[in-house]
Amino acid sequence: MGIETEYGVSVPGQPNTNQMLASSLVVNSYANRTSSSGSRARWDFEEESPLRDARGFELPREPAVDPSAPANEDDLGLANVILTNGARLYVDHAHPEFSSPEVTNPRDVVLWDKAGERVMAEAARRALTVPGAKPVNLYKNNTDNKGVSYGCHENYLMARSTPFGEIVRHLTPFFVSRQVICGAGRVGLGVDSREAGFQISQRADFFEVEVGLETTLKRPIINTRDEPHADPEKYRRLHVIIGDANMSEVATYLKVGTTSLVLAMIEDGWFSVDLSVDGPVAALRAVSHDPSLKHLVTLRDGRKMTGVQLQMEYFEQARKYVENRFGSDVDPQTADILSRWESVLGRLEVDPMSCARELDWVAKLSILEGYRSRDSLNWDSPRLELVDLQYHDVRPEKGLYNRLVERGRFDLVVSEDEVTRAMTEPPEDTRAFFRGRCLARYPQQVAAASWDSVIFDIGRDSLQRVPTLEPLRGTRAHVGELLDRCATAADLVDALAGR
Amino acid sequence: MATRDSGGGQQHTNRRADEADEVTTEESEASDLKERHEKLSEDVDSLLDEIDDVLEENAEEFVKGYVQKGGE
Repeated sequence: MGIETEYGVSVPGQPNTNQMLASSLVVNSYANRTSSSGSRARWDFEEESPLRDARGFELPREPAVDPSAPANEDDLGLANVILTNGARLYVDHAHPEFSSPEVTNPRDVVLWDKAGERVMAEAARRALTVPGAKPVNLYKNNTDNKGVSYGCHENYLMARSTPFGEIVRHLTPFFVSRQVICGAGRVGLGVDSREAGFQISQRADFFEVEVGLETTLKRPIINTRDEPHADPEKYRRLHVIIGDANMSEVATYLKVGTTSLVLAMIEDGWFSVDLSVDGPVAALRAVSHDPSLKHLVTLRDGRKMTGVQLQMEYFEQARKYVENRFGSDVDPQTADILSRWESVLGRLEVDPMSCARELDWVAKLSILEGYRSRDSLNWDSPRLELVDLQYHDVRPEKGLYNRLVERGRFDLVVSEDEVTRAMTEPPEDTRAFFRGRCLARYPQQVAAASWDSVIFDIGRDSLQRVPTLEPLRGTRAHVGELLDRCATAADLVDALAGR
Repeated sequence: MATRDSGGGQQHTNRRADEADEVTTEESEASDLKERHEKLSEDVDSLLDEIDDVLEENAEEFVKGYVQKGGE
């Protein structure tokens, strides 16, 4: 699995800034620092096909249909680099984006997602040293409250054999309701904050259809982009676009942990219940717009329940599934996800504010309510909107989430030392290890890389492309010793070719 | 559940306890809750003071100037 986050970018006092250039400045500043040894490995687009649809057809490549076609951004020469931790740092349209390396578990998602925040903060600091540059602020949020949204996408590797219809059936009600845990909180209702108020999710108002390929127009609850970056016969990559970008580590941990469990149950054909919701797009918004968590969602079978109760149904399924499949052999992380999931849901039911140390929307709401009562502010106050925005500022001294952590007011999942290491070190149990270590060890010889290849320029007639189509190969166990042994990229290429 | 630990063991209330005891327990629960809420609001006050110090100046202009282009 993995997570990719687009950051909001602004140059205060300069509303007409070219955001593509500002984003490029940030990314290049980081890339130039880290590549003092000389590498500027390019991203290799050869295997990318973002217009392939999981339902089995391919859209014509027209920029008007999907402006995210990578050929365009390549033409523009926008910054696009691979880091030694296996991540991709680049400019996606007008946003700097950090795509985490592939990892195998929710805790590692948290670790490299947090490392991405630190990379962005460092990148903005470095950008300041460019002569004449104005300070660039970066925000890990999802909307400007003026009609525009940008994403935080999760990716899950799944067996190709899983019927897509089953994914849609069981995942849609889950996505309608999981925001009660992983919503990041937002001041303003409607895409352009037309109405004053507070809602649970940053993203809910931007979703218009149930299933589809788009990510920028008519956003679907279930995205069908089918671009596995791996052997397409064996795998699909489920591209989840509905999530908010979370600051809270517990929220990210539960977001990907609970989603993974639900996907495992779907793959395994476990679900015996159908929790399909009547009008899921409207339900998604209605749940988001009710921070009291009392709104009742209507199921297709006629039952009515709150978002929290709907999550409880999924939790019960997952608890039974894990008990049935693993019994007492359950791995500690799965057990931890289940126990935190149950605890958070139980407390959301009784007193949502008791989750202020764990969940973004609750922490944000408690600050906002504090301001409202101390300063008698209405929901349309710009000060409240500023609190909402600045909660997501990546700077340690300015970001309100970061201030809460500093004061010990947030539960954490990973340590800051681990996060610092993850800024440069790849995970050891996926192909990201091979990619990251090649960049660290042979910076001059890596000409390009992508999720499923590393391309070397070792001074021979042609470039040498090493495919990495199997996500679980290229681990430390698999190639660690080989990389240690090969002093040069030429040695490595020869060893891999059996020469 | 973790949040209910602080009430002084009410979860294990002896079922044979007479009514007077139960009333006392409820009262002490209510005062515990009040105390906790008071502590919480003091806490929030000091937090808001700190946030005041780091919040960007001129909120209205700042949020108005935060304009993004589409992404994804």
